[in-house]
Amino acid sequence: MNLAAAEHGFLSPTGAEIAFVLIGLVVLGSALLVVTTRQVVHAALWLVVTLGGLAAEYLLLTAEFIAWVQVLIYVGAVVVLLLFGLMLTKAPIGYSEPADRAARIPAATVALGATATLVTVIVDAFRTAYLHLGDDTVGTTKVTGESLFKVWVLPFEVLSVLLLAALIGAVVLSRSRARARSDRKD
Amino acid sequence: MSLLDVCLRLVLVLGAFLVLPLVIGQTEHKVMAHMQARVGPIYAGAFHGWAQLVADGVKFAQKEDIVPAGADRRVFKLAPAVALIPYFVVLIAIPIGPNGFVGRTIDAGIVFVLAVMGVGVLGSLMGGWASANKYSLLGGIRAAAQLMAYELPMLLAAASVAMAAGTVSLPGIVEGFEWWWLPWQAIGGVVFFTAGLAEIQRPPFDMPVADSEIIFGAYTEYTGLRFALFLLSEYAGILVVCALTTVLFLGGWHGPWSDSVGWLWTLLKIGVLAFVVIWLRVSYPRLREDQLQKLAWTTLVPLALGQLVLTGVVKVAT
Repeated sequence: MNLAAAEHGFLSPTGAEIAFVLIGLVVLGSALLVVTTRQVVHAALWLVVTLGGLAAEYLLLTAEFIAWVQVLIYVGAVVVLLLFGLMLTKAPIGYSEPADRAARIPAATVALGATATLVTVIVDAFRTAYLHLGDDTVGTTKVTGESLFKVWVLPFEVLSVLLLAALIGAVVLSRSRARARSDRKD
Repeated sequence: MSLLDVCLRLVLVLGAFLVLPLVIGQTEHKVMAHMQARVGPIYAGAFHGWAQLVADGVKFAQKEDIVPAGADRRVFKLAPAVALIPYFVVLIAIPIGPNGFVGRTIDAGIVFVLAVMGVGVLGSLMGGWASANKYSLLGGIRAAAQLMAYELPMLLAAASVAMAAGTVSLPGIVEGFEWWWLPWQAIGGVVFFTAGLAEIQRPPFDMPVADSEIIFGAYTEYTGLRFALFLLSEYAGILVVCALTTVLFLGGWHGPWSDSVGWLWTLLKIGVLAFVVIWLRVSYPRLREDQLQKLAWTTLVPLALGQLVLTGVVKVAT
C-alpha cells in the first residue's frame, strides 16, 4: 500500500493507513519471533499473533470474508493441529535445542526468494491502486463470491482438485504405513 | 453509527456476557439437584440457596493464585483470558431481536462466529501445555483432537443454513427464516448442537476434562480466579452455542408478536436449549475418546453432508 499511498501523499496519512503500518510491524515482528524463538510451543503461539494480525490487515483492506476465513482456517485449525502435534511429542517447557540447524541457511534462502517474488508480483500488480475505505462494498462476501465463481471459477476448481488429491494422498500414505505395521506384527 | 451508539451496544453485550452465563450456572446447580433428587447448596441466602453463586465467586476471589514451579508462567497466566474473551467477541455478532437489536451486524457473521469460537479452544491447549503436568497435557491433547473432529460438521451444518437463507449474515438468516425450515434443517440443527456441545467440552463430550480419568484435564493446575475464568468460559460457551443454534436453526426472534417481544423469544429459546444442555449432562455418561472420534467422523460428518445435499436440492427445486 505504500506505493499507492504515494499518490495520495505520505504527509497526511489517514488513521487506517497508520493502523495498517502498525499492524504490519506487529505481524513482521511476531513472524520473526516464530522463526527465532527457542521454545517450540511459543513459536506456534507467535504464529497465532502473526496470522491474526494478517486477518486484521485484510479487514483494513475491506476484505472481511477473507479475514474471517483466515482466522477460521489458520488460527482455528492449522495452529490447533500444530499444537496437537507439539503436545504429542511432549514439547518441553523452556528452551530446546533447535532440531534442524543444518537447514537454517537453505530455509532462509527459500524464504527470502519467496518474499522477493511475492513483493515483486504484488507491487507490479497494484502499483498505484488506492482503496477508499469509505467504499466498503469491495470486499463483502457477495462481491468476493461473485468474482470467485464468475471470473475465477476455473482456478478455484483446479485448486479444489489439488486439495482433494492431497487429501487422498494423505489417506493412502497413512493407510499403507498402518498396514506395514500390522504386517510386521503378524 | 455514532461512537455513543457503539459504546452503548458494547456495554449492553458486556452486561449480557456477565449476567447470562451466571444465570445458566445457577440454573445448572438447581436443575441438577432436582433431577438427581438431592438438595444441593440450599442455605446461602434465604430462598433456595440463591446466594450460593455469590459465595462461590467470593471463594474463588479469595483463593491464592498459584502458578506451578515448572510451568511456563506467561502462557499459563494468559490461557484463561484466551479461553474466555472469544465468547464475548462472538456475542457481539448474535442478533437478539428484529430491527438491528444486535451488537454489530457483521457481513460474514456466520464465518466470524465460528472462527472466533475456534480461537477459544487455544486457551485450553495453552493451559494444558503450560501447566507442566501430564494430566493437563493429556487434557490438552484431547481438547485439540476433539476440536479438529467437531469443527468440520459444525461448519457444514452452518453452511447448510447459509445456503437456505442465501446469506452469511446472522440477522439476514433470521430474517429469511420460515417455519418450514424447522423440519428442513432439522438434521443440520441436531448436528450443529451436538458438535457445539463437543466444542465447548460439555458432557457427554467432556473427556478433555474427564475428572474421573485425568483429574480436570487442562485446568488441573489452576486455582482461584483463573480457574473461575475457565469455569465461566464453559458457561459462556453454553450461552453462545445455544444462542447460535437458536439464531441459525430455531428462527431466533420469530414467534407470535415478534415485532414487540422478539428479543424475549430469542432469550426463551436460548433458555430452553440451555436447559437441554444441563439435562444431557445429568442423563448421559461420558463417551470414550475413540467413541467420540467415531461419532464425529462416521456419523456427524455424513449427516451434515446429507443435510447440505438436501438443502441444495430443495433450494434448486423451489
